[in-house]
Amino acid sequence: MSIPESVKEFPRPGWVVLRARRLTLSVRLDRRVPAVVLTLALVLLAALVLSVSYGEYKIAPLDVLRAVAGMETSDPNHLLVVRGFRLPRILLALMIGAALAASGAIIQGITRNDLADPGLLGINSGAGVLVVGYLTFAARPNPALFPWLALVGALAAAGVIYALAWKRGSSSLRLILIGVGLASLGGALISYFLTKLTLFNAQQAYVWLTGSVYGSTWSEVRLMLLWLGVLLPLTFLLARQLNVLNLGDDLATSLGTRLELHRLVLIGLSAGLAAITVTVAGAIGFAGFVSPHIARRLVGPSHEGLLLCTVLVGGLLLVVADLASRWVIAPNELPIGVTTAIIGAPYFAYLLYKRGR
Amino acid sequence: MQAPAVSRNRTRLIGPSALLPVGLLVAAVLLVAGLAASMAVGAANIHISTVVEAIFRYDASLFDHLIIRTVRLPRVIAGAMIGAGLAVAGAIMQGLTANPLASPGVLGINAGAAFAVVLGVYLLGGLPLLGYGILAISGAGAAAVIVYALGSVGRGGATPVKLTLAGVIFAMFTSAFTTAILVLDSNTFDQIRFWTVGSLAGRGWDIVLWMGPIVAVGLLGAMLLSRQITTISLGQDIAKGLGQNTALVRALAAVMVILLAGGSVAIAGPVGFVGLVIPHVVRVVCGMDYRWILPYAAVAGAMLVTLADTLGRVVQRPQEIPVGVMLAFVGAPFFIYLARWRVR
Repeated sequence: MSIPESVKEFPRPGWVVLRARRLTLSVRLDRRVPAVVLTLALVLLAALVLSVSYGEYKIAPLDVLRAVAGMETSDPNHLLVVRGFRLPRILLALMIGAALAASGAIIQGITRNDLADPGLLGINSGAGVLVVGYLTFAARPNPALFPWLALVGALAAAGVIYALAWKRGSSSLRLILIGVGLASLGGALISYFLTKLTLFNAQQAYVWLTGSVYGSTWSEVRLMLLWLGVLLPLTFLLARQLNVLNLGDDLATSLGTRLELHRLVLIGLSAGLAAITVTVAGAIGFAGFVSPHIARRLVGPSHEGLLLCTVLVGGLLLVVADLASRWVIAPNELPIGVTTAIIGAPYFAYLLYKRGR
Repeated sequence: MQAPAVSRNRTRLIGPSALLPVGLLVAAVLLVAGLAASMAVGAANIHISTVVEAIFRYDASLFDHLIIRTVRLPRVIAGAMIGAGLAVAGAIMQGLTANPLASPGVLGINAGAAFAVVLGVYLLGGLPLLGYGILAISGAGAAAVIVYALGSVGRGGATPVKLTLAGVIFAMFTSAFTTAILVLDSNTFDQIRFWTVGSLAGRGWDIVLWMGPIVAVGLLGAMLLSRQITTISLGQDIAKGLGQNTALVRALAAVMVILLAGGSVAIAGPVGFVGLVIPHVVRVVCGMDYRWILPYAAVAGAMLVTLADTLGRVVQRPQEIPVGVMLAFVGAPFFIYLARWRVR
């Protein structure tokens, strides 16, 4: 077995250690983390303002800030456009990006495989099979049920994969293989269902499968915020365990980590984070795969800083992708799942190239 | 990146290597029997003796003979070809990239083929089956060249990790454009959704004769490279240390993957699972020597596709379940069983 890249890079000079004075709490960060996080946060803020100001009805950036703060602007419509239409969708994109990115970082950390993404836990295929299958077989399908079906399908798939991979303990390789097996079964079923539907329904289903934040509401934003508020802090707390798991099962066990417990909790977190994005916006691919890679190139492999950075990268990626999906073929728009890959892939290729030199 | 643990498993089902040729022979005989049985089954069942007669003593005046010769024979040959092609392509990919998740999809080949086909349908409207084939294989070729170029920039050349990442990125990038076309143009979407499933229905002699040589060259080339692939699968450093020109072998093997996977996609659309599952199954049987893995994979892949296609024609008569879907139904449980019981 070759040594995972993250381990090879591990002993690196220059750490920033933060200790709480009273509590037994400390965080060790790569030296690059503070600067990178600050830069990302500033860029993200700029992207947010730019995104809210852009649209068929253009609003000056300063007016955007005023409207968000609830202040009067030159035009009474600003408040409605900003707070009613654009802000919920853009905030949702931001949070979806953050959730997918964190989910991807966890699953790549647990499986120690660079190709892993939340889809490996069957999130997308489980949700997709249930939703598209429901469209296919229900006499009069009710779109209001889609989010619930998606949630059930996503979590059920993750549960089944974990259960099947369990044999006197879990193993990351079994998890990967079974995840891939079930995901391709799901993919085949979905394409079969698509051939059975009427063209209109099939296309609706296809757009849903691609992922879209069109017509998002504040209630979705609140739902998402609630989930993130619970799951993200838990993930950060377990960052150190991810570092240990990343050393391999044998080493992790001998270091005294409660391997199975931590792995189960982390898989649950990863599945939960990805599942909630599927319920609010459909299956958005790529962000969960690429954000951790980008973050790793920026701040190295130690998970405390990596997770923080990944979440920002994922959020930024989806905010920019959302802006692009409204812009490229305006006044029409592309599903955000499409633009995410079109923007993220070239940047990642550039990073790959830069590091190779 | 991890090496496939299945291949590291020293226990294999067929112990002494003297038994390996015998096993291969038995498997090949089984495959031929399976092909004959597959031809006997369909919308109307035809007795197996009639099948044999239709092949060896063809009588054009008999209706059953006509069906066998013009419809069922090309179809089972097409099935065997894509099975063998995809399985061998998958085995090569897993050997070269040392990643158990690798399959032709990972080099971006399926995505490239699909993009070319979708773009073609979008620009040209409807296409004959052969048109799909030509587009698919050129898309696959272009994809592999781009991925290879992308994966070998910078120091160190085309390492497995860089190639794999480049492949995944390329696949996602092109799929995004494919999706964009499909979302925006309902006419293209309507045609493509039937192609995407992966089906052997209506595949006749024309496509078999066009793609047959391509797949055959790919299979032959793969067998000739099998020794070098075994060496590379032990690790880049070991292969270099043994004096192998790894870059050349890699490039040649990639060409074989394009021919095999591209030809298969051209015949039946993007059929998954064979390329992923079969190599894992085969490694359990015959260890980690690609001189045996590749021929076993070819035979086993052909058997799996034949079985899936036959079942697809039987279970819901007179309707057909596309082979791509049946493969997932047959392959997934088996693959999961394998992962559960054979992986530490």
